[in-house]
Amino acid sequence: MRINVNDRDYAVEVDGNPSLLEVLREQLDLTGTKYGCGEAACGACKVLINGTPTPSCITPATAAQGKNIITIEGLEKEGELHPVQKVLMEEDVFQCSYCAPGMILTAVALLENKQQLSEQEIIEGMNGNICRCCTYPKIVSALSKITQKDKA
Amino acid sequence: MKNERTKQEEKRAFENKIPGKGLSRRSFFKYMGAGIATYFVWTDYLASGILTTNEDNFPASDQLSSWIHLSASGEITVFTGKVEVGQNIRTSLTQVVAEELFLPVSSITLVMGDTQLTPYDRGTYGSLTTPQMAPILRKAAANLREMLLQQARQEWKLGEISLDMEQGMIQHPNNGKKLSYGDLAKGKNLLQKMDEDVPTIEPSKWKISGTSVPKVNGRDFITGKHRYVSDMVLPDMLYGKVLRPPVQGAKLKRANTDKAASIPGVQVVRDGDFIGVAAKNSRTAAMALASIEADWERSSQVSRDQLFDHLVSSAEKGETINPQVSRAFEEAAHKIEQDFEVQYIAHVPLEPRAGLAQWTGDKLEVWTGTQRPFGVQEELERAFNLPGEQIRVYMPDTGSGYGGKHTGEAGIEAAILSKATGQPVKVNWTREEEFKWAYFRPAGLIKVKGAASEQGITSWEFHNYNSGGAGIDLPYIGSNKHQEYHRSDTPLRQGSYRALASTANVFAMESTINDLAGKLGADPLQFRLNNLDNDRLEAVIKAAAVEFGWKRTKTNGNHGFGMACGAVKGGFVATFAEIAVHPESREMKIIKAVTAFECGAIINPRHLESQVTGCVLQGLGGALFESVDFKNGDISNAFLSSYRVPRFKDVPDMKVILVNRKDLPSSGAGEAPIVCIAPAIRNAIDDAVGVKINRLPMLPSGIVPEG
Repeated sequence: MRINVNDRDYAVEVDGNPSLLEVLREQLDLTGTKYGCGEAACGACKVLINGTPTPSCITPATAAQGKNIITIEGLEKEGELHPVQKVLMEEDVFQCSYCAPGMILTAVALLENKQQLSEQEIIEGMNGNICRCCTYPKIVSALSKITQKDKA
Repeated sequence: MKNERTKQEEKRAFENKIPGKGLSRRSFFKYMGAGIATYFVWTDYLASGILTTNEDNFPASDQLSSWIHLSASGEITVFTGKVEVGQNIRTSLTQVVAEELFLPVSSITLVMGDTQLTPYDRGTYGSLTTPQMAPILRKAAANLREMLLQQARQEWKLGEISLDMEQGMIQHPNNGKKLSYGDLAKGKNLLQKMDEDVPTIEPSKWKISGTSVPKVNGRDFITGKHRYVSDMVLPDMLYGKVLRPPVQGAKLKRANTDKAASIPGVQVVRDGDFIGVAAKNSRTAAMALASIEADWERSSQVSRDQLFDHLVSSAEKGETINPQVSRAFEEAAHKIEQDFEVQYIAHVPLEPRAGLAQWTGDKLEVWTGTQRPFGVQEELERAFNLPGEQIRVYMPDTGSGYGGKHTGEAGIEAAILSKATGQPVKVNWTREEEFKWAYFRPAGLIKVKGAASEQGITSWEFHNYNSGGAGIDLPYIGSNKHQEYHRSDTPLRQGSYRALASTANVFAMESTINDLAGKLGADPLQFRLNNLDNDRLEAVIKAAAVEFGWKRTKTNGNHGFGMACGAVKGGFVATFAEIAVHPESREMKIIKAVTAFECGAIINPRHLESQVTGCVLQGLGGALFESVDFKNGDISNAFLSSYRVPRFKDVPDMKVILVNRKDLPSSGAGEAPIVCIAPAIRNAIDDAVGVKINRLPMLPSGIVPEG
């Protein structure tokens, strides 16, 4: 089977019906996508499938066929970080950072095509992602910087 | 037990691991490459009297050695056995070294937690890195600086004059010439023992320490490039899985592994009661594991509903209590007797345990996320009956620990599978395995009898069953105190956790003190201040009280104010909370939480704030809703869908105040700030609706019970 990840086509094996997470990590060596719980409860494994943040741990790899998948490795464009990555790094948000890839991809989708988001909307949109180090307040304030900059 | 070594043997084994003892001058540079280096011997540090010693209990090795090396190309490499699990010590320790050497942080590399390259370290826990490792590295760096200055003076044939250093260059006083650190190290094999009295830079003059230097390798984490152990891959690596009992305490009777072995590419490994499988991917390994038919012999296990009775009935016999304590309690006009229950909770590090092992002949390499790489090396020595020199444990920066990764299970399992298959094997635990087969923060029962008058505490009897003795000392002035920790039989495997015992002890203590103030009709804040004799603790209480506005009038009758304070592991913390209890639904909502924290001179304000915020919010989980549910050996909420941890929506309006004491040595911050959130909320609920909730978690359903 072929899948498209970060604008590249890959041939992958789907014997035994592996999850998208397993295929990304074990066959494509894209280990930026993390395992956290295996039941879509923590958000560590989220990738963008046709732009929608999707837990790859419960998504069969076969379900990703014909779709565009973006992982954390695909966000950087020609050495330039995505604005979400940039602000989270500038604000020095993370501690252990294991949640970071899932957080970032969730935020990228949340902010896509939106000029403004209230703090409450950020909290609602990010609530499916767990940061066990509890850096939540800093994530919210960092994302607020790029979602509220155009406010009058 | 045959593996138990005597203290003397342990001490000898330990000394052998100290650089400067086993490591000769010649072998040092052969190993490190030419350059200039400074090293540190633990005995010197002890002799300096900075650390207290006790003959029966030789000093923890994490109080000890380290070294710094400058290469001919000007690179500074610092070696420490401490490890990075998100507390950002890779950054703060780099800052400390950069400060003394007048270098940007980018020119310094820290090698951490590699048992072959770094000095022995007992482990990264107990809030010890900042108070113990930072001063050593500071002095080692200062020593290297003095060696460089001496080399420059010799080079230029100058006397004992002072020279300016900047950004890795030393300036000639009058001819404008410059020497780089690398130039001075070229062709040299200069190794000097650290001078304990070397001058270091005063905190008031810090330029790099004391500032919010960003996480040194931050970009690697933001881009997904950093490889945690669970991400690592070696050529020909297999994925391993291990057969677990269905419940705690079950013993394997028999197992049929034929089906698993018949799956192409699967290797089954049996070694006594250990059964594992290895396959070319984790899906195949999981299917092979599931096809094993095993029979287990179950034994009766203590369940959650019997927990607290069990902890008391199985406790070791206590000390004799001075009759004066009981008499004072009997005679007191204002007194309280109450019990506090503390449930087991789980660390839930977002990266579950992971281990990768590779054998080359009789040499073993293991990569694993652990707070104790040298402890894991010792576990492997015992597991394989192999001398430590043949085992190398690496600890790449790991997806958190919180005290939950002191052990090496996944690394050992990977090593067993790797040995049997002859290929590298990685074992990544599932979330369920992490919940069921790691260890928990201890549960505990605390029995308190306290009495007070306007003059202070007149009797204080405090018994902690099972959750530990740390932080058990009442900080309030008073007489007739009896404070005791009783070891009990724990139904579940338990171990370290952020401020495990202090959280329980401070909860019981600060609740009871608050209740005593209430009995006396005193303001809980004023009662505390009147009865404390600790300037640092009083300072954080006052700082938090002002920010919180303790004296303001409540806007609503169903709101309550509560506070708590604590002095734990060199840190001083106070938390003030305002809560509201909904008049009909009885739902509790935190309106505001203010925490003030002081731990001496601040090395990195932003990262310190993260530690304090993280402690308070993680503490909120244990305070309000986290607990492990277990029945006859079965842990029934071993999933993130059934074990609730704090999320974005649980974050209250909160404020952290950092009190910077540049005149005091820096101490750690990963634990102390967790202890006050629970009692502050408990006291605020009591203030709002007169209900005293003496258990952790307090409100699993979010609803305050009727009084």
